[in-house]
Amino acid sequence: MGERVLLGDEAVALAAVHAGLTAAYGYPGTPSTEILEYLIRHREQHGSPRAQWCANEKTAYEAALGVSFAGRRALVTMKHVGLNVAADPFMNSALVAITGGLVLAVADDPGMHSSQNEQDSRLFADFARVACFEPATHQEAYDMTLEAFDVSERFEIPVMVRLVTRLAHSRGIVRTGDGRGENPSDKRGQAASWILLPANARRRWRALIERQRDIREYTAGSRFNTVEGGPAKRFGVITTGLARNYLLENLADLPERPALLHVGAYPYPAEAIRAFVAPLARVLLLEEGYPYIERALRGIVPPAALEIQGRESGEVPPDGELNPDIVRAALGLPLRQGVTLEGLTLPNRPPQLCAGCPHGDSLHAITSALASIPGAVVTADIGCSTLGALPPYNAVETCVCMGASIGMAKGAADAGVRPVVAVIGDSTFLHSGITPLMDAVKDGTPMTLVILDNKTVAMTGGQPTILSSSELVTLVHGLGVPPGHLHVIEAHPRRASENTETLRRAVGHPGLSVVIAVRECVETVKRGKREKPSAAAGEVRP
Amino acid sequence: MKFDIILAGVGGQGVLSLSAIIASSAMREGLAVKQSEVHGMSQRGGAVLAHLRLADGPIASDLIPRGSAAMILGMEPLESLRYLEYLDRAGAVVSATTPMANIADYPPLDQVLAAIRSLPRAYLVEAEALARQAGSARASNMVMVGAASPLLPVALSTLEHFVETAFAAKGAKVVETNLRALHAGRAAAAVIP
Repeated sequence: MGERVLLGDEAVALAAVHAGLTAAYGYPGTPSTEILEYLIRHREQHGSPRAQWCANEKTAYEAALGVSFAGRRALVTMKHVGLNVAADPFMNSALVAITGGLVLAVADDPGMHSSQNEQDSRLFADFARVACFEPATHQEAYDMTLEAFDVSERFEIPVMVRLVTRLAHSRGIVRTGDGRGENPSDKRGQAASWILLPANARRRWRALIERQRDIREYTAGSRFNTVEGGPAKRFGVITTGLARNYLLENLADLPERPALLHVGAYPYPAEAIRAFVAPLARVLLLEEGYPYIERALRGIVPPAALEIQGRESGEVPPDGELNPDIVRAALGLPLRQGVTLEGLTLPNRPPQLCAGCPHGDSLHAITSALASIPGAVVTADIGCSTLGALPPYNAVETCVCMGASIGMAKGAADAGVRPVVAVIGDSTFLHSGITPLMDAVKDGTPMTLVILDNKTVAMTGGQPTILSSSELVTLVHGLGVPPGHLHVIEAHPRRASENTETLRRAVGHPGLSVVIAVRECVETVKRGKREKPSAAAGEVRP
Repeated sequence: MKFDIILAGVGGQGVLSLSAIIASSAMREGLAVKQSEVHGMSQRGGAVLAHLRLADGPIASDLIPRGSAAMILGMEPLESLRYLEYLDRAGAVVSATTPMANIADYPPLDQVLAAIRSLPRAYLVEAEALARQAGSARASNMVMVGAASPLLPVALSTLEHFVETAFAAKGAKVVETNLRALHAGRAAAAVIP
C-alpha cells in the first residue's frame, strides 16, 4: 500500500508485479521501453519476477505465451508497430485456452513522435477478438493492468493494455495495493486447446466467438466505462482514453455541461452507447487514435436523427494526437491566446546523431565510397541509423520497418539497380535482418550490407543487444556470407580513408558483401565512464 | 492555485532532471503534479520539451493548454522562444543565455536574446558561467532551478532537499556543487531588474 510517482509505463509494470507476475518480456520501442526497464531494475533489486529483453516482439510474445501455458502470469511489452511483428502469436494466442494471465502492454504513438505510423492497437484487439483496456490516468494504468490479468484468466484470452505516448511518458501519482503471489506452475491446459491443428482451431475459434457475449457483458458492466447522462441533454460527448482528460480541461468553459460517456474497456459497450445517443441531437466523438467508435456509430447507414461529429466530419483533425486545444476547438470554444514572437523566425532543431557518433563515420564512408557512382541506392532501417536521412548526411533513400533495408536492397538489386547498399544497426539486424540476409546469401544477390554495430539498442536509451560484436560476426559468417567478402571495420575518424576504401571494394564486388562497422555508442561509453569510478572505488588499495 | 511550467531545452541538457527536482518538491508540499516528458528520437540532439503542471486540486490533462503556462523555463535561449504560444500573457520566461548552436541556421545570438528581453516578463540567466563558478558546467540546470525558484509555488528549502536527494549517490562534493549552483541561480534572479 502506498502512493508513488510513476510514469504511465511504470504504473503498468508495478501493477504486473502486484498481480503476481512470473515473467515479462519485450523489445525496446518508444514509448513502451520504460515498462520493462522498470521490471528489470525491480528484478535486480528483488530477485524476481523474471524480466528480459528479447530478440524481437515475436520471440518476446511467444516466451510470454509459454509462461501462460505453464499456468503462470506473463506480461509482454512493445510499441504499436512491434505488435505487427508479434501479430502471428498474438492473433493465434486468442484461440488457445489461456490459463496463466497473459497481458500485452502495447504503447501507441499517435502523432508519430518516434514512429513511422500511428496505427491504433484497439483495432488489433478487435481483430483478435480479445479484451482491451485503455487507461486515461496513471491510476487507471495501474488498476486496469491488475484487472487485465484477472480478465485474461477468467475468459481464457490474452488481454491488451493500450497506452499512448502522453500517458506512457507522463509522471503522476499512483495509489498502489499490496499485491498477490505468483500462480503455481500448473499446466492445466488440455493439449487439444493448445494444438491449433485445423480441427482443434475450428473448435477453438468457435469457442472464442461464443465467448464474445460474455466478454461484452463484462465490459458493459465495467467501472472503466462510465455514463453521465440527463434526459434533457441534447448534446453529448463520447471520449476514449486520454481524450477524457482534454475534455475535463475545457468542461468548465462550456455554457452547459454535455452528457458524457467514456470508454476505457473494450469491446466497447454498444448497448450503453445506443442508449446514450438516443435522446441526443448531436454527439461529438473524441478518440485518442483512429475514429474507431465513431466509424461504428456512423455505420454504412448513419442514424438520421443524430448529428455525429468527429475525425471523419472534420470537427477533430483526421490524424495526429489530441491535446487540450484541439478538443477545445472541437467543442466550439475560442482558443486562449498565448504570447507571440515578433520579428524572429525560429529554425527547427530536428534530432541528429550525437557528436562523435560512430554512425556518422560509417555514413561518411558510405557516401564517400558512392560519391562517384551515379544511380547508387542506399536503403536504411529503424533506429539511430535512420538519422542518416537528415542533413548533413542525406545518405539514405528508404526507411520503412525493422529489417526492411535488407529485403528492399535485395528487391532493388533484383530489379536491376546497381550498386545497392543496405544500412542497418546491430540490434535491428538481430531483430529482423537475419532472415532477409539469408535470402540474399542463398541468391548471391549483388548488394552490400553495412551493419552499424554500436553494441547497444541506442535510440531507445542503450539497452543491451542480444549478441556481442564477436558473436555477431560469427552469426553473419554462419549464414554463409563468403569470408572474403565479410569485412569488419572500426567506425572511427582515424580510419576514414581506409574505411572508404573497404566500402569501395565491397560495393565493387559483383556479389553479396557485408561490412560490419564497429564502435560503441558514445552515449553508452559516457554512461559507462560515469558508473565505473564509483563502482571501482571500493577496489582501490593503498 | 495552478502553476503550469513549460520546460525547454536541447537533448542532453538535463531538462528532465530539472523538471524532476521541481516536481518532487511540489509534491512534498502537498500539490498535485503531472509531468509530461519526451523520450526517444527527439532526445537525440533535438528540441526537448516537458510539460510540468502543479496545482492544489486535481489535474486533468498531462499537456498544458495554450496561453496558460505561468512560466517557460529554458535551458537554451532559442528553445525558450519556441513555445511562447503556451505562455499566459502574465507569465514569465526564465532562460539561460548560452546557445546550443548545433544547427546551421542558428540566428545571431544578440537577436535571440533581444527577443527574450522584449517579452513582458523575461529573466536571462548566465547559467553556464554561474555553474562553472559553482564547480561544474553540468550544474547549469540547477542554476536554472534556483533562478526560477522565487516564482515557483515551493519553498527554497524543499528544493534544496531534493537537490541533495538527487545527487546523494554521486557523493558530497557533487551535492555541494549543485547546491551552490542552486543558490547562485537564486541570487542571480534576485538582482534581475
